[in-house]
Amino acid sequence: MSADIILEMRNITKTFPGVKALSDVTFSVRQGEIHALCGENGAGKSTLMKVLSGVYPHGTYEGEIHYMGKQREFYGIKDTEEEGIIIIHQELALIPMLSITENIFLGNEVAKSGVIDWAEATRRTKELLAKVGLKNENPATLITHIGVGKQQLVEIAKALSKKVKLLILDEPTASLNEADSQALLDLLLEFKKQGLTSIIISHKLNEISRVADKITVLRDGTTVETIDCSNEPASEDRIIRGMVGREIADRFPKRSTAIGETIFEVKNWNAYHPIHSERQICNNINLNVRKGEVVGIAGLMGAGRTEFAMSVFGRSYGKKISGDVLINGKTADVSTVEKAIKAKLAYVTEDRKQLGLVLINNIMHNTTLANHGGVSKSLVIDDIAERKVANDYRNKLRIRSSGIYQMAVNLSGGNQQKVVLSKWLFTNPDVLILDEPTRGIDVGAKYEIYTIINDLVKEGKGVIMISSEMPELLGTCDRIYVMNEGRIVAELSKEDASQESIMRAIMRSSGEKN
Amino acid sequence: MTATTKPDAAEQPSIGTFLKQNIREYGMLIALVVIMVFFQIITNGVLFKPVNLTNLVLQNSFVVIMALGMLLIIVAGHIDLSVGSVVGLVGAVAAVMMVNYKIDYVTTSIVCLLLGAVIGVAQGYFVAFHKIPAFIVTLAGMLVFRGMTMWVLGGMNIGPFPTEFQSMATGFIPPLGTAGPILSLSSFVLTLLMTFALVFMSWRTRTVNMAHGIEVEPQAFFLVQNIVLGVVTLYLGFELSTYKGFPNVLVIMLVLVSFYTFVTTRTTIGRRIYALGGNEKATKLSGINTERLTFYTFINMGVLAALAGMIIAARLNSSTPKAGFGNELDVIAACFIGGASTTGGVGKITGAVIGAFIMGVLNNGMSIMGLGIDYQQMVKGLVLLAAVFFDVYNRTKG
Repeated sequence: MSADIILEMRNITKTFPGVKALSDVTFSVRQGEIHALCGENGAGKSTLMKVLSGVYPHGTYEGEIHYMGKQREFYGIKDTEEEGIIIIHQELALIPMLSITENIFLGNEVAKSGVIDWAEATRRTKELLAKVGLKNENPATLITHIGVGKQQLVEIAKALSKKVKLLILDEPTASLNEADSQALLDLLLEFKKQGLTSIIISHKLNEISRVADKITVLRDGTTVETIDCSNEPASEDRIIRGMVGREIADRFPKRSTAIGETIFEVKNWNAYHPIHSERQICNNINLNVRKGEVVGIAGLMGAGRTEFAMSVFGRSYGKKISGDVLINGKTADVSTVEKAIKAKLAYVTEDRKQLGLVLINNIMHNTTLANHGGVSKSLVIDDIAERKVANDYRNKLRIRSSGIYQMAVNLSGGNQQKVVLSKWLFTNPDVLILDEPTRGIDVGAKYEIYTIINDLVKEGKGVIMISSEMPELLGTCDRIYVMNEGRIVAELSKEDASQESIMRAIMRSSGEKN
Repeated sequence: MTATTKPDAAEQPSIGTFLKQNIREYGMLIALVVIMVFFQIITNGVLFKPVNLTNLVLQNSFVVIMALGMLLIIVAGHIDLSVGSVVGLVGAVAAVMMVNYKIDYVTTSIVCLLLGAVIGVAQGYFVAFHKIPAFIVTLAGMLVFRGMTMWVLGGMNIGPFPTEFQSMATGFIPPLGTAGPILSLSSFVLTLLMTFALVFMSWRTRTVNMAHGIEVEPQAFFLVQNIVLGVVTLYLGFELSTYKGFPNVLVIMLVLVSFYTFVTTRTTIGRRIYALGGNEKATKLSGINTERLTFYTFINMGVLAALAGMIIAARLNSSTPKAGFGNELDVIAACFIGGASTTGGVGKITGAVIGAFIMGVLNNGMSIMGLGIDYQQMVKGLVLLAAVFFDVYNRTKG
């Protein structure tokens, strides 16, 4: 073991009842590098990091951990944090109603015999915030009042306060927009210059190939390979090949669907923020979708895309909503979710755990939730019909589960998303709005979701796709609307659309206002 | 990570794994049986004497009836602390109408049920449409309705009631003849029919499930379960038949239990209440009017509490300002002992009924033993804690 190796995990094997999550995994990280950990969902990335950070204490797994040149036995997060190993989880662990300072020093307060020295804590917070590029943020601001991007940076500041030597980031940019993601990655590169070692888990391969010095690929609980990017950067296709174990010729399935007449139209749509009612979240939006067409809505986080979709779908968001919705050429009443569903509109929510699924219910109950009428007679549910429906969708969408009675909470992200799709397909919509349909799911499952979308438009349905991943929009959409600050600022045909043209439209419109 | 691909689910798991998977379901039933056997022994056989079994039913029917409504409220993610006071108020109004104003018992009963519905409307309105936490709304209701009870009664006990009204709580179904030790032929025939219906229905569910390739309990387990269920039903029904037969409240209770079991397991309304409690936002975005659903569960609770209020008044043959005091705690405890989740979305009617009887048998058994109310309270409190602990422990471990 050479001297500049900071961490080496040797032959790690971790078994859960009935499942071997990690099998003989070896993983080593050099001092001062950014090491990316890739793999499909369920490949064992998070498990490996939980072993490292002491969430699974020494003795519950096999294998050795060598850190800073010595073999270590960690029995809890407390142990690893003392050694400077800090993990930042995907779900942020900040307390919304406490201030930045309070959050940064939570559990580690600047105190003498239990009495907190607020002046000192504030001073140190300012220093830490400056390091993560939040110089102008007031340390007394409540976490709930700053955006997700800044919250992520506060998490990093918190890690810095603990004298971090090895920083582990689990999907740090999953809920960030393009600009915030870039800022975060730049920060990581900056820290690297200062000698900090970090491990980053991410599904966003373009980000990985941008920052990583080395990439370790896991598949089915084993190490597949470690790609060294110091000489030449690894291409996305190269990483995907390692992850799925085969060549993916095309990340987006081909589609050749004839596009028909207009099926869905929104005219002069306006809506205001539900609490700050003077803030306009949708500003005179006009858009349309034709039969057999996939229409994208691009935009940065906070552009108002989700808010727009939810305000259209049964006025589920916003106040003082005005405008018309036309489905199949006729004005449709979409004033409640029930009516919107009846008008053959479906909205697949962005946040499937909070808004899409009843996690403690099984697949079958989730599948029929939005269309109980389809499996019941005079309020009594027909068990046999319901099972048939659930089984049909399970087979058609290839939901991997032990059966239709498996609880949604026990499914992987991709399969959960398929259950949400099943629910909406069973309402037999003409128009589907898909909000970030592939967020946080792995490459293989993404491909399957795209295939489902293709099948839908083949049946003559219209699809609106909201996504923060531009390659996805470019790869799947026939036409792309660009949204910024509550307005549609550009409409691009497939030929005109590119990452540059989308970003240009956003930047230009932001400039207009200032 | 733990999701496994298993296209063809095993037809019948072994008895051991099946019990392990369903430990919560049978755990409380087993606990009830153990408690009953324990008191049967320690009271030298008094517990299962026909007269005591009859008493057990008469004393606990109102808790069971309210637990049916409370379970729906808890599954929907709320709570109702006011039911004890509603019991008092309904009893008071019934007493004043029948005794002071000489209004007939039918009109009185209808007015009382309507009063319960109005109370449900009032409380449900704030909880469902204004999102005021049910804990606060019903805590306020608990105070308001108790105060109203005292005001209506003027601080006095009012009674007695017409015999027809009393018979609702203390009467028995007509015996229609005797045979040997059986003093109520009608009750015995009902027992036979019920036993047959229970076993037939569980057999039918099993065959239908098997025909559709759904995992069912192991055969031996199924047989034992049904034989035990059948024998217990037969025995209890027979015992009651050798005394005065089925109490009227038992019939009311059985009808309501069957009805609510059907509603929760087979209807869209039941399904939606579980979804609402499991994830309100997702349910709302699936086109379900969650506010109205919550509103209905409170109206339902109000009506059931009113029914319970009448039964209690009829049993005591007098309305007192203290009637129903503390009942809400017994009812809520019954639901949680029966496996309902404090966060909503989980709970079964059968569980709540079993929970109510665990509380009832504990009360009854300890009273026969001559234990004071002080000890009874302590034991009941610990049983509640133990049941929920067992539940949570099982879930975190599994």
